Amino acid sequence: MQNWFEHLYDVTGINLSFVYDSYDRGKFLSGIELTLEMAMICIVLSVIIGIVGAWLQNSQFRITNALVRAYVALFRNTPPIVQLFFFFFVLGGVFSFHTHTGVFRLSNFTWAVISLSFYYGSFNIENFRASIEAVPESTVQAAEALGFRQHQIYFNVVLPLALRFSLPGLANNLVSLVKSTSLAYAIAVPEVLYVSSEIWSEQLNVPEMMTVLLFFYVFLVGLLVFALHRLETYLRVPGYSQRA
Amino acid sequence: MMDVASKIVGPGGSRTEALMAMLFVASLIFALIVPFHAAWAAPANRSWLDILAQWAPLIFLGFCLNVLMSLIAVVLGTAAGGLLGIGQSAPTAWIRKLSWLVTEFFRNSPTLVLLFFCMYMIPFQIHVGPWIVPFPGWVKAVAGLSLSKMAYVSEIVRGGFASIPSTQWEAADALAFSRWQTIRMIIFPQCLKRMLPPWMNAYAIMIMSTPLASVLGVNEGLTMTRAAISAVGRPDMLTPFYLFLLALFFIYSYPISVWTIRLEHRYAMKT
Repeated sequence: MQNWFEHLYDVTGINLSFVYDSYDRGKFLSGIELTLEMAMICIVLSVIIGIVGAWLQNSQFRITNALVRAYVALFRNTPPIVQLFFFFFVLGGVFSFHTHTGVFRLSNFTWAVISLSFYYGSFNIENFRASIEAVPESTVQAAEALGFRQHQIYFNVVLPLALRFSLPGLANNLVSLVKSTSLAYAIAVPEVLYVSSEIWSEQLNVPEMMTVLLFFYVFLVGLLVFALHRLETYLRVPGYSQRA
Repeated sequence: MMDVASKIVGPGGSRTEALMAMLFVASLIFALIVPFHAAWAAPANRSWLDILAQWAPLIFLGFCLNVLMSLIAVVLGTAAGGLLGIGQSAPTAWIRKLSWLVTEFFRNSPTLVLLFFCMYMIPFQIHVGPWIVPFPGWVKAVAGLSLSKMAYVSEIVRGGFASIPSTQWEAADALAFSRWQTIRMIIFPQCLKRMLPPWMNAYAIMIMSTPLASVLGVNEGLTMTRAAISAVGRPDMLTPFYLFLLALFFIYSYPISVWTIRLEHRYAMKT
C-alpha cells in the first residue's frame, strides 16, 4: 500500500506524503485528532453556554436579560478571528500569573476553544431562546388546564418540544463551528490545517494537501450532518416538524 | 418554521440592546486599559488615545478593504449562487445533482481552507494575449469568499423556491410560460422577500470572515492592526487597537443585523 503511493509519486508526481511517509502520517493524524478534540469540546461548551444563556434570558431579572442580549449582539457582530486574537493576545496577557514554577499561561489550544465556544455559544443562545418561544401558547395552556405545575410544564412540555424545534438551527451552528476550528491555525494550534501547511511547506505538495484537506472537512461535516439528521428523525414527534 | 421565525424577534428592545452593547464595550475598555495604562505608561510617554488617534486612519483604511472585499464577493457569490440554486431546482436530474454536489462541497468546507485553496491555486498573474492580468492577494481572497457565499446563496435560493407552492409552477405551465419566464416573472418575485433576510445574514457572516484574509497576508483591517501594534511596540496598546477594530466591525454589522431581524419580523407577519 505504502509502496503503491510512493510509486504513484514517482509515476504521476502526485505526492501524498502523509500516506507513505511515517513522519508526515503521524503529524497529519495528530492534526486530525486535535481538530476532532477541539470540535467536540467546543460543541459541548457552546451548547452549555447556549442553554445557560437562553435560560438567563428567559428569567425575570432584567439585568441578566440585558447582559445576555449585549453578549449575543457583541459576539455575533464582530469577526471570530479578531475575537480569537483578542482572547489570545490581550486576555492571554492579562491571565498570566507568576507562580513559583514559572509563568502560568493558558495554552493557545485553550484560548481557541474558549473563543470559539463563546462565539458559537452566542448563536446557540439565540437559537434556543427562539425555540423555547416557538412552543405554542395553547400547548402550555392545555398543560395548565390538565393541572401540570409550573416546573412540570417547563420540563415535561416546553423543553422537549423546544429541543426538537431547535435541532435544525443547532445543526447549522454546529456545522459552522466544526468548520471554524480551522481558525485556530492563526494562533498556531497544530490542528489539521496547520499540520497540512507544515507538510506542504516541506514536501511542496500544495495541490494534493489542499484537496485532501477539503475532502477531510467535507467528510467530517457530512458525518456531523448525518448524525444530527438521525437524531432529528429519532426524536420526531408526529404532527411537528414536517419536512418539505 | 414560519412561526419560529416570527418568534425570534423580541418585542422592540433593540435600542436597549444597543445601549447595553455600547456600555459593555465602554466598561471593557475601562476595565482592561486602565490598569495597563497605570502600569506601563511612563508620564513622558504619549497617552494611548494619542497613539490610537495616530494609527486609527491606517486601521480604518484596512477596514475599508474588508468592506470592499465583502461587497465584491457578495455580488460574485450571489450571481454564482443564484445560478447554482436555480440549478438545484432544475427539472433535469443531472443538473440538479451536479448543482447539489457543488453546493454541498463548498458549504461543507471551511472558508479559511477555501481561502488557502484560492491563494495557492490561482496564479498571481495570467497572460491574456498581450496583456498581463495580475491577481493580487486580495482579489484571490475575494474569490475564496465568493465561493463560500455562493454555497450559502444556492441553499437560500433552493429554500426560497421550495417555499413556493407547486401549484404556482403548474399554473404558469398551463399559461404557457417558459421555465425561465416562470422563474423570472412568477416564482422569483414571490420568494425574493423570503430570501432577503437569510441573504443578509449570509452577508453578515461573510463580512465577518473577511479578516481571515489577513492570515494570507492581505493588507486589510486585521493585518493593519497587527502592523500598528508591532510598530508601536507597547504591550498596553494591544487592547485599544483590537477593541478599535472590533468596534469598527460592530458599528458596520450591527445595523445590518437589526435591519435583518426587522425584515424577518415584517415578512413573517405578512405570510
